[in-house]
Amino acid sequence: MPSAEPDIRSELADRPGSVTGVPAPDVLIHARGLEKSFGGAAAVAGIDFDLRRGEAFGFLGPNGAGKSSTMRMIGCVSPPSGGELTILGLDPVADGPAIRARLGVVPQEDTLDVELTVRENLIIYGRYFGLPRDVIAERAARLLEFVQLADRAADQVEPLSGGMKRRLTIARSLINEPEILLLDEPTTGLDPQARHAVWDRLYRLKQQGVTLVLTTHYMDEAEQLCDRLVVMDRGKIAAEGSPRDLIGRYSTPEVLELRFDPAEHDQAAGKLADAPAERVEVLADRVLLYTADGDAALAAARGLGLEPLTSLVRRSTLEDVFLRLTGRQLED
Amino acid sequence: MTWSFTVREFRYWLTNYRRTWRGSIYSSVLSPLLYLGAMGVGLGTLVDAHGTASLGGLSYLAFLAPGLLAAAAMQAAVEESTYPVLGSVKWRRTYLAAAASPLRPADLFHGHLLFTAMRLAMNSAIFLAVMAAFGAIESPWAIAALPAAVLTGLAFAAPIEAWAITVTKDTSFALVFRFGMIPLFLFSGTFFPITQLPAWLRPLAYITPLWHGVALCRSLTLGTASLGGSLAHVAYLAAVAAVSIAAGNRSYRRRLYV
Repeated sequence: MPSAEPDIRSELADRPGSVTGVPAPDVLIHARGLEKSFGGAAAVAGIDFDLRRGEAFGFLGPNGAGKSSTMRMIGCVSPPSGGELTILGLDPVADGPAIRARLGVVPQEDTLDVELTVRENLIIYGRYFGLPRDVIAERAARLLEFVQLADRAADQVEPLSGGMKRRLTIARSLINEPEILLLDEPTTGLDPQARHAVWDRLYRLKQQGVTLVLTTHYMDEAEQLCDRLVVMDRGKIAAEGSPRDLIGRYSTPEVLELRFDPAEHDQAAGKLADAPAERVEVLADRVLLYTADGDAALAAARGLGLEPLTSLVRRSTLEDVFLRLTGRQLED
Repeated sequence: MTWSFTVREFRYWLTNYRRTWRGSIYSSVLSPLLYLGAMGVGLGTLVDAHGTASLGGLSYLAFLAPGLLAAAAMQAAVEESTYPVLGSVKWRRTYLAAAASPLRPADLFHGHLLFTAMRLAMNSAIFLAVMAAFGAIESPWAIAALPAAVLTGLAFAAPIEAWAITVTKDTSFALVFRFGMIPLFLFSGTFFPITQLPAWLRPLAYITPLWHGVALCRSLTLGTASLGGSLAHVAYLAAVAAVSIAAGNRSYRRRLYV
């Protein structure tokens, strides 16, 4: 029932343009040569990107790629070590409070106050933004409805499930009706059902025009939520584009996955080097053949006298893009 | 803007305190009752029987009570500025949540100090009321011992908070209690005049904030305060607090803006 969905942006929707009446620039975040290092070790080693209003932008990469460091710099809680960064046209070091007043942040690890109730968490957070009492009360009710926690409003936070806590954190991050919502690994540690519930809420926010920036090491999350993303590896951006673009540019339409008896794995992999595929990736447990036609490749493999234990033809994903760009897998 | 941000963080602690204030009031009443009863009246009767010339002819209760007032402020300040601060970054992580809002690290520091000051004022007011009930107040100037005790507490809360935010393990706090707070409690003129200490040890007592707090509170409840002496004590305690606030502004920023 999408029509019954409370619009969390109702108040902003009444205001054409920005608060000051001057049309806000289209680019909300601008980074050039952005760097962050910790005691000499570079976590972010010079990255360029622009975030435009209304888009869902992702940083995809494995743990340690520099995604969270980038998010913390955008969140104005980590001064950049070098390069240029402007957020909403402002300087994150000099104008931190003014920028943070217009951001929503969902951190990687929950920072909910577990000794307070669900509703109190929203009220306290609204006060941090200096919002009037009645505005906070109205928004808290609407946001709890939005994240499907209205019936838990008076409950303590402690016993809530991981997925509920995540949804509450999302509600909390929206209390100031932010112009940009930052989500650092929004579904890490959740079970599949809880992940889908979170994705569903984020997707609705996106439909309502909220600008999203998210980091993830799940390629399905990036594919589902991001209009545009950058693939990060070792502090650098390896590629940029829409999920479909990236797959088209860096992978083939289909992938044939073959699994062999471990004793025959190496030998089979050697033979497959001659298979009719654009590219062959030999992983520890599987061999991947990148090709336009997976079934034809399977027939060709059989033609080489190979009998895989299992075979699977599938479409290319961002996982394949990452493998192509870095030679490594996203999830360990 | 700065003040309003401080108040926002103060209100967070207030909301939090709403759940525990009753228990804290009981202990604020009980603690002076026990100390003044046991040491002021019980031990005091023995002391007074031996003559109190070295106390200037005062009853031991009247001598001891203002010292305990200051020492209780120190104790409450140390309590409020250790675990709650570390917990805010490590366990409850409420500082991390607040850091993503417009509030700056220094606002979090100042907001908590303001809350600590409020707690100190409540504790000290109750303490003074219990003192009055015991007949341990000799002068109307005792009313000024309330801000004096709060200032004494802040001269501990500010430096300890500035340090506590940098701590990674709570075992460090046990050292502060054992080798900091308890020796100060015993040897800063609370229970006996520091003229009883060996001459070489006295200068050490003079540099501790607690001795200044004890001396100030005592001169006020006894009505023996001199303007110059009181100003000197206030200036010393205020200087400790001010320097510590400057240090804490920095240590909070370094801890929360990594």
